[in-house]
Amino acid sequence: MPAPAFEELQHTADWALRVRGEALTDLLRNAALGMLQLSGAVAAVGPRRRRRLRLVSLDRESLLVDFLQELLLGLELRQVTYPEIKIDSASDTSLQATLVEAPLQALAKPIKAVTYNELRIESDQEGLVATLVFDV
Amino acid sequence: MLSKKDFRQINPLLWEVPITFQEGMRVPVRLFADERLLEDALEDKSLQQAVNASTLPGLVGQVIVMPDVHQGYGFPIGGVAATRLPDGVVSPGAIGYDINCGVRLLASRIPLEAVERQLPDLASALYANCPSGVGVKGSLRLTAKDLDRVCRLGAEWALERGYARQDDLDCTEESGRLDGADPGAVSPRAKDRGRPQLGTLGAGNHFIEVDVVDQLFAAQAARAMGLEAGALVVQIHCGSRGFGHQICSDYVREFQPAVGRYGIRLPDRELVCAPLDSPEGQRYLSAMACAANFAFANRQVLAHHVRRSFEQALAGGVPDWDLHQVYDIAHNMGKIESHPVQGEAVRVCVHRKGATRAFGPGFQGLPEKYRPLGQPVLVPGSMGTASWVLLGTQGSMELSFGSTCHGAGRVMSRKQAKREVRGDQLRIALEKSGIQVRAGSMPGLAEEAPQAYKDVDAVVEVVSGAGIAQKVARLRPVAVIKG
Repeated sequence: MPAPAFEELQHTADWALRVRGEALTDLLRNAALGMLQLSGAVAAVGPRRRRRLRLVSLDRESLLVDFLQELLLGLELRQVTYPEIKIDSASDTSLQATLVEAPLQALAKPIKAVTYNELRIESDQEGLVATLVFDV
Repeated sequence: MLSKKDFRQINPLLWEVPITFQEGMRVPVRLFADERLLEDALEDKSLQQAVNASTLPGLVGQVIVMPDVHQGYGFPIGGVAATRLPDGVVSPGAIGYDINCGVRLLASRIPLEAVERQLPDLASALYANCPSGVGVKGSLRLTAKDLDRVCRLGAEWALERGYARQDDLDCTEESGRLDGADPGAVSPRAKDRGRPQLGTLGAGNHFIEVDVVDQLFAAQAARAMGLEAGALVVQIHCGSRGFGHQICSDYVREFQPAVGRYGIRLPDRELVCAPLDSPEGQRYLSAMACAANFAFANRQVLAHHVRRSFEQALAGGVPDWDLHQVYDIAHNMGKIESHPVQGEAVRVCVHRKGATRAFGPGFQGLPEKYRPLGQPVLVPGSMGTASWVLLGTQGSMELSFGSTCHGAGRVMSRKQAKREVRGDQLRIALEKSGIQVRAGSMPGLAEEAPQAYKDVDAVVEVVSGAGIAQKVARLRPVAVIKG
């Protein structure tokens, strides 16, 4: 059985998530889906808006943190969630994504920050894997 | 992974990991704990995180770990590290995301038995007046200019606006205003997050709690603090909200390339740092001071709402419903202080993450009434269990860079707590034991269940037995307000 795209891990005080993906684009998308599921973000019925996102970062771990942080800011500041997330392209230092944004109906628990705690994107037999710790 | 055999026992309540344990350690790690709390600490990665922190450049003395330690990110919650000025480092992750998360204690002369019937109304008034929960906005509408003034003035801003009394500021760490704040060092994103959140409690482990003074241990100190056995007090536990989180996130990101520039090697990227005298380090300290001042103002506005709630619920029922401020103290902060290192006073940046400043008697920065006694230390327990009022001691100045514990400390993950505890059943159990509960989220309540935390009484026994704090009063909860 293939390993899940994301799974919650035990963490004493905060939330941790192991994320997998065949390629970096998959890993980025699965990390976003896992984070949104952890925080219990629910989209309201209402107008959807398509948005292109471009990010440039120091390296691929920073790219992952920056991407997730960008989504968190949308949840908090613009009260939107993301029913569709497509990573159009990703390199070690940049990404282009297409996000479909919808008004946020409910958020069970806010994630306040994405940390670099022991963050490494590593390769194994199934592709790429990373463990993320979120400050809640 | 560390085990008990890696520790040298210095005395029954103090353990040390020597610098030979791991390559790159610059100072030893010292843990205040009894055998049981040491074993609890070995259950997660908190002590390995303390070992990792001991590689930060410019450290002096030891990395100190408190008995309420638990795993954080990069640096453990319950850790203290002091770096020498000017070229030691400052590490945003070793101060924490919720900059100046802290506790304020307000005290009354209202005997519990006089208001027992009004407690449900009081809890409801507090829940209605103190905005809490996910994504909540406060009643204040700050302009960009207002927010800059909050950054510079902290609790003084609240005094200007009628949300504070001069006595409140006098009884706040740093009088509620940290010098050196520069709003220009704060990103527009952080300001966008902070502007609607001033005067809000938020969610997570933050709370407002009404307690009764259950036991007194030091009569003179209790008198100075205005604590009376059997009377109601209120704790406010919160910090700088999304504003501080964004500032920390911004600087952890900004410092990623800085470590390379300064030739610093670290075992965990969350520990990124820059020399205190570098442009990056100075800029972070200016931004951190903004978040610290935001948090002082935040707790001050909440204190105003708490007073309003007492008036609404109790006026007419009791002759005096006033609340005076005992103290307000930070437990996530970086402070420039002077401490003895090998017999010499040294200027250091003390990183306290989940650790409370606990200055002993005689410190000039304390309010006059506390100067002969030492600084009040506020140690909230878990929901449904005791909290403590302590005093800083000469021992804390000598052994822990003027620091002590900050709470009970978690032992159970949030995931496990939610699996084992149902929020609605917990609420019923707490109410049966005489504690009013007002909470926005039942799963959130379950995550904060008392069984997810260590025994705060055991933690306090350690810091008191080790001489890094002195007991003044034990508090028992009667109403809990959570987001």
